Parts: sequence; structure tokens; C-alpha cells
Amino acid sequence: MSKLTSLAISDNGFIFKPSTGESFTTNEIGLLIINFLKEGKTANEIIHEITEEFDVDAISAGRDLYEYLDFLKREKMLD
Amino acid sequence: MEQKKITIAVTGLNNIDNPGPGVPVIRGIKDSGMNVRVIGLAYENLEPGIYMPGLVDKTYLMPFPSTGSEAFLERLAYIHEIEELDIIIPNFDSELYLFIKYSDQLLKMGIHTFLPTMEQFEERHKDNLPEYAKKYNIKVPESIAITNSNELSNLPKPLSYPYYIKGKFYEAFKVVNKSQGVYYFNKLSAKWGLPIIVQQAIHGTEVNVIALGDGEGNTVSAVAMRKQYITDKGKAWGGITLNDERLLEITHDIIKKTKWRGAMELEMIKTDAGDYHLIEINPRIPAWVYLAVGAGQNIPEMVCRLAMGEKVTPVREYEYGKMFIRYSWDLIGDIADFEKIIIFGEL
Repeated sequence: MSKLTSLAISDNGFIFKPSTGESFTTNEIGLLIINFLKEGKTANEIIHEITEEFDVDAISAGRDLYEYLDFLKREKMLD
Repeated sequence: MEQKKITIAVTGLNNIDNPGPGVPVIRGIKDSGMNVRVIGLAYENLEPGIYMPGLVDKTYLMPFPSTGSEAFLERLAYIHEIEELDIIIPNFDSELYLFIKYSDQLLKMGIHTFLPTMEQFEERHKDNLPEYAKKYNIKVPESIAITNSNELSNLPKPLSYPYYIKGKFYEAFKVVNKSQGVYYFNKLSAKWGLPIIVQQAIHGTEVNVIALGDGEGNTVSAVAMRKQYITDKGKAWGGITLNDERLLEITHDIIKKTKWRGAMELEMIKTDAGDYHLIEINPRIPAWVYLAVGAGQNIPEMVCRLAMGEKVTPVREYEYGKMFIRYSWDLIGDIADFEKIIIFGEL
């Protein structure tokens, strides 16, 4: 979580990582996931929130979430 | 009461595709609001800084440092007689030796500098990096200084392809086979002399720090940057400031141990494992200094104040995510100006 809080994230989905100077873009769901992670929500809570917010079932939401978490870890944005 | 006007001479006005730091140094000084008169010292008659409107108050051509110290000092004495210089900020590696060697003489004339000592300057040379690393406990890639291209066939282990072949003062090329190595050896030795440095390539991201040491072990200023776009000459076309605590910690440590005096640039490779390998120390202000100014640390101003004997309070904070993007811009000049530089060596 501490890595996530060090990121500069705009409402447009632009992510700046000050420790390396790298920047990324993310879509609406990615932005939502990051914000939920920052709030300390669990994976199940995030999946529930996504299914509430978007027209998507829990299996698809879970798959998207774990893919996104892999991406965040791979880019060293998540502990 | 108005602040006394100080006259500052600056070299490195070659704002070309391999830019010297002179123009951004002057921009920093002017941004500081100091009451200054800026004198440009140029080596070539087409250095853009000579002709940039509002940049320098006057420019003088200088003899190349390779001409010898006598001509160099004579020219400086002539300029000083007219301009009454208070400070000189030299910005080329190749001229630093003379400025450091004669800094006491310059000071007697009333010209202040803020440069590393001769020992500091000599010991961080590229061909001396392994010893330097050992002495100050810094990680560096394997490297060796060679004076003959035949030595490329028999490089000591663990040096292997790919490696960088580097000129004594400037330029580096990545080499993946022997014929490339020999080609670049000949090219660089003809241009910059011997030795040539062979340095193991390390996989990772290049990160850089501009820093200023007060000569007593304190880091007065330090800003970390990553190049975002690199030209075919290996120069940054764009860069961004970083919040890399470990990198700044290493910088503070090097300055503390070496008691570095003056500005410097540390070039490092950060590996995926998070290790930092020092690949070069440039003993001067780098050309991207204006990024540091934009991020909140006006290093040219601090250099001037330290040179004049003022105490400068160390600055730690700067803005992360500040970017610079270089651009080219065609200045329209007049043949009459060019004529003055050619005929009189002054403009």
C-alpha cells in the first residue's frame, strides 16, 4: 500500500511514479481499483464494488481485478 | 539599497545537439534576481549563446585550453582588465584542469571560482573509477583503461560483451563485437586522446543526479533525474525529476566522504534489483541544470554565492515530476555580429 500512496494519480487516469519517473495510463476500472486499494478494501469488497458500479458479473470482475493487481505488482506500484 | 552588481563569466555557450551547460547556467543566474553582468566566454565563433538575445552582455572568444596555459591566462587577464570579472563558471571538462590549477592565481586577480580541488578532480577520472569506488565504497561496473586497441582482444574477466567504450572526456559507445570495439577505440582516441575506457554494460535504467558540495562534506543541493528521451549522441532531450531517496542518499554519502567542492553530476545505473552502479562523475554543472532550477534548486545561483564566500543553506526539497524538453530554434543573426567575433574576437 505504501507504494500506491506514493503515486501521483490524476482523475484522467494518468499515473506518475515519482521514484522512477515512469508514467502509465489506466482506464476507469483501473482508477477505481487503485482508489479502493488506497482505501484498504479487500479483493472481495472490490469485486463487489465493481459489480455494483458496472454491468459485469463477479467472475469477470475478479479476473480483471487480479490481472490488474499483477500489473501493479509487476510495475512495482504495489507491495 | 541596490545590491552590488557582480560580473560573472560563463563558458559552454554551445547550445547545440550536444549542448554545453553555459546557457542554462546563465538562465539560472538571471532567474535568481541577482544583480549581474554576464560575460560569455566562447571557443567557437558559432556558439549559439553568443547570439541569443538578452543572454550575455558581452562575449569574448577564448583560445582552446590545448593551446596552453600561457595563452589562456593572457586572454583571461585581458578580459578581466576590461570587465573586472568577479566570478568565472567554467563548464567544460576539458578546460577544468586549467581553471583548477590556476584558481589561486585567478583569485589573486580578484576572480572567484567554486571548483573541486585538483585531487578531487583527478581521482574521479573515468580511468580511475575502480580505485575511486574501492576508496569510497561505491558500486561501479567492471572497467579498465587501455591505450592500445590490441588490448580489446584480451580483456580481463569478467569484462564481456556488451560493454561501453568511452572517450577520456566525452562520448561512449556500446560495443557488441571486437570490430566495433576497434572502430570506436580509433574514433575516440583520435578525438579525445588516451586512455580509452572499457566499461561493462549493466542492465538497468540510467538515473542522474546534479549536486553541489560545499567542500566540507555537506551537500548544498541535489536533484535526481531520469532521461526520458535520449538522442543518438546519448544526450537527454527530455528528462523528469525523481523522488529517489536511495539515489540521493548515495549522493550525500559520496559528497560527505570526498568533501566534494563545487557542482557535479553523478551518472548511475539502477538495476531491476534496486542496486545502483556509478558509471561516471562529471566534475561540473551538467547541461540539464535548468531542470533543477525549475524544480526549486537554483544551483547556478548557489555556485555564485559560494564562490563569493557566502554561506549557503543546504536545500533538500524540490518538486518531483518536473520535466524538461529540449528544442531547437533558429536564431536570425546578422553578418556584422559574426564579423565582430571573427575579426575582434569580441561581441
